[in-house]
Amino acid sequence: MNIDSVKFRLGKNRGFQILIYVLAFACVVPLLAILLFIIKAGITKINWHFLVNIPKPVGETGGGIANALVGSIIIILVASVIAIPIGILAGVYLSENRKSKLAYWTRLSTDILQGVPSIVIGIVAYFWLVKPLRGFSALSGSVALAIMMLPIVVRSTEETLKLLPPSLKEAALALGMPFHRVIFKVVIPVGIGGILSGVMLSIARITGETAPLLFTAFGNPYLSFKLTKPMQSLPLLIFNYATSPYNDWHDLAWGASLILLVWVIFLNIFTKIITRKWKVQL
Amino acid sequence: MESTIIKSRNFNASFGSNHVVKNVNIDIPRNHIIAVMGPSGCGKTTYLRCINRMHELIPGATSSGEMDLNGEDVYQMHPIFVRLKIGMVFQRPNPFPNLSIYDNVIAGYKLNGIKLPKAERDRIVEQSLTKVALWKEVKDSLNKKGSFLSGGQQQRLCIARTVAMEPEVILFDEPTSALDPISTSTVEELFHELKANYTLIIVTHNMQQAARVSDKTAFFFLGELVEYDETKIMFTNPKDNRTQNYITGRFS
Amino acid sequence: MDTSSVENGMITRSDLPLRVINSSPEAVAKAKKRARLSFRQIRTENIFNKTLILMGLIMVILVVGIFLTLVVQSLPSIKALGPKYLWGKVWDPVQDIYGAWPFLLGTLLSSFLALIISIPFSISVAIFLGEYHPAGWLPNLLKNAVELIAAVPSVIFGFWGLAVLVPIVRTFESHIGVAPVGVGIFSSSLILAIMIIPYAASLGRSMINLVPSHLKEAAYGLGATRWEVIRSVVLPYTKSGLFAGILLSLGRALGETMAVTMVIGNTSLIPKNIFAPGNTMASVIANEFTEADKPVYLSALIELGLVLFLVTVVINMIGKKIIDRFTND
Repeated sequence: MNIDSVKFRLGKNRGFQILIYVLAFACVVPLLAILLFIIKAGITKINWHFLVNIPKPVGETGGGIANALVGSIIIILVASVIAIPIGILAGVYLSENRKSKLAYWTRLSTDILQGVPSIVIGIVAYFWLVKPLRGFSALSGSVALAIMMLPIVVRSTEETLKLLPPSLKEAALALGMPFHRVIFKVVIPVGIGGILSGVMLSIARITGETAPLLFTAFGNPYLSFKLTKPMQSLPLLIFNYATSPYNDWHDLAWGASLILLVWVIFLNIFTKIITRKWKVQL
Repeated sequence: MESTIIKSRNFNASFGSNHVVKNVNIDIPRNHIIAVMGPSGCGKTTYLRCINRMHELIPGATSSGEMDLNGEDVYQMHPIFVRLKIGMVFQRPNPFPNLSIYDNVIAGYKLNGIKLPKAERDRIVEQSLTKVALWKEVKDSLNKKGSFLSGGQQQRLCIARTVAMEPEVILFDEPTSALDPISTSTVEELFHELKANYTLIIVTHNMQQAARVSDKTAFFFLGELVEYDETKIMFTNPKDNRTQNYITGRFS
Repeated sequence: MDTSSVENGMITRSDLPLRVINSSPEAVAKAKKRARLSFRQIRTENIFNKTLILMGLIMVILVVGIFLTLVVQSLPSIKALGPKYLWGKVWDPVQDIYGAWPFLLGTLLSSFLALIISIPFSISVAIFLGEYHPAGWLPNLLKNAVELIAAVPSVIFGFWGLAVLVPIVRTFESHIGVAPVGVGIFSSSLILAIMIIPYAASLGRSMINLVPSHLKEAAYGLGATRWEVIRSVVLPYTKSGLFAGILLSLGRALGETMAVTMVIGNTSLIPKNIFAPGNTMASVIANEFTEADKPVYLSALIELGLVLFLVTVVINMIGKKIIDRFTND
């Protein structure tokens, strides 16, 4: 074989390898740029005052994001209360009835729901809750976010339970346990790691969602605890203040962005730890 | 006078269109050890799983015919009651991985939501573990997870878990096939102890085991119950050619 | 139910679940108590089974409900405007003229541009993690970093884009001689490109992991270089899977709202080139939904939502089908 042609091929091999390495690691650049910029812009804004006060009107300096923090927590909690039980039980249904007709449609619906753009969910929640209740409300925002959580919880529950050996369920059934106890006392506890990581992932995902809240929770410059009234949330506050023309408000939005980012990253890391620590042991 | 505890008449079982148990008629006497043997795929495990209605848990599984426990058809009862009266021990030890040894033994009560006073629970745990000759080995580590035990110990734990429910019949599905020889002999000794209080039905692919432990033996072949007799007679003077061929090793 | 006979210390009625070893009255009472408990559990079990089915149904009802809601609410617009709504070139709510073409074009332009920019990067990540370095701390770091991109909220991407990326694009635009506005299709494509990298990358990586090693070894055995193995074995084998990953990225890009809304410039005019400001379907809904004061105006916006819903559903289903076929082979 011609030595030169081998050399050329090896050189080409080397060249493409370097190209792949460079392109792959180039993906990290924008991420780092975003992280560093948000930290730099946000860190100086965050202090105790920032966390416990509500925003000041334009022209006054200071003010904080307490209303958005409280609102985000309330909206997410209510969404979780709605989505987690439904999602886990639907996941149990899918793993227990793999071949039934309804299971096929449920699985298909879950896949579809996972891909529905969040803004569409916002529109639908508007017609399901905001219009009938005659007003924007935190509750409608929670329902919209719950719909977004559902497919993630359903899928992760189903995938986790599918991996459990059938012998586990048989052991419980052979002791004369009724089906619901087999599920609640044996199957779910054994698979809790996988289920929880799905739940955490879904919470991480909705924490940063803005679009479904635009026409539902709507936002509120004041601190509110009422589920039936408009409520502020972190991503809504960032959107509204970031697109405003005032520098003071931009500063507020940078601080809020940093807090939101830390919150979301923390949830993701936490999910990874759960997945690793609570791997199903058999 | 021995009384019949399990009685099958014209019992059939299938997976979809695959007919795996054909017209089985059998009478199983109380407080005996019955070995069920036959080549793999002969329907012996399926038949066993029909006795406490575990068979129907597999999608597509069906069965027909009569299966009586104390003269009552188990297919007329709720499966929960059937399984409380007819316990089962599986091929691979399957203790609940999320429960301690103690909780594994009383799992049938705990997970069924039956509340017992602490003293009663302690008594059941000690009694059941003693019955399976595990008490001395684990009494100091009752709070450890069941998966911490060796394979043979895990299997005895699973037997203790079944015994704790005070069933009338215990089904064993190749209970020693995943165990080493020493653990196997411990479990086999156990069968004789348990006979006094329970009726044991043991599916095994191991002829020596059937000969060693059982009072009566049933031989299944291609889904049919070919022969069912006293173990001694079965192994010395089988009536059917197919049994003869099987015990002399002419199938495989 | 409670009339049970006790013979030989044995309760023979099938409704008593546990054997009574002796027939003392306490033992019988205890057995009866257990029987009652078991009956309660059977009732609960039946309710539980129905609940499970209901939960499965809820998912179906949700999707059907979303679709029907969109259709019903779009009806006024569909009736008033007909199909020409889709290619109408003017969107002027004040004059009651509604044409969706500017938004369809804006969505297509920004999404496909984003896709073209992101593909080399996401495929490189997939090849790097799937073929060159499946394990190790550095690949792990890269994998986690790429996954983190998917975790960053889109509103933060938008804000960063507005503050950092738009000025850079503006400078770039003034250098190449187009109107230096900064915001526009190009900026939103850049942001979208970053945001969708993780989807194609992670799917591509798992597809590349599925390539049977005997195929690669066969090529190595013939003296192929690593790159030749990638080009002639790995990529052809995984091409449908990679395509599915790209489709799923496209689905993400089409529906992405906040980041795009913040940097695209929000004008309802047809974009003249890729640097011009525009609007996507999602961004015009986000911007105008709460201001839509006329029924047809609101309905026209919802019809955009319906189109978006149908397009993303079709794209996701195709992607999903390809993946299923690929992983089942």
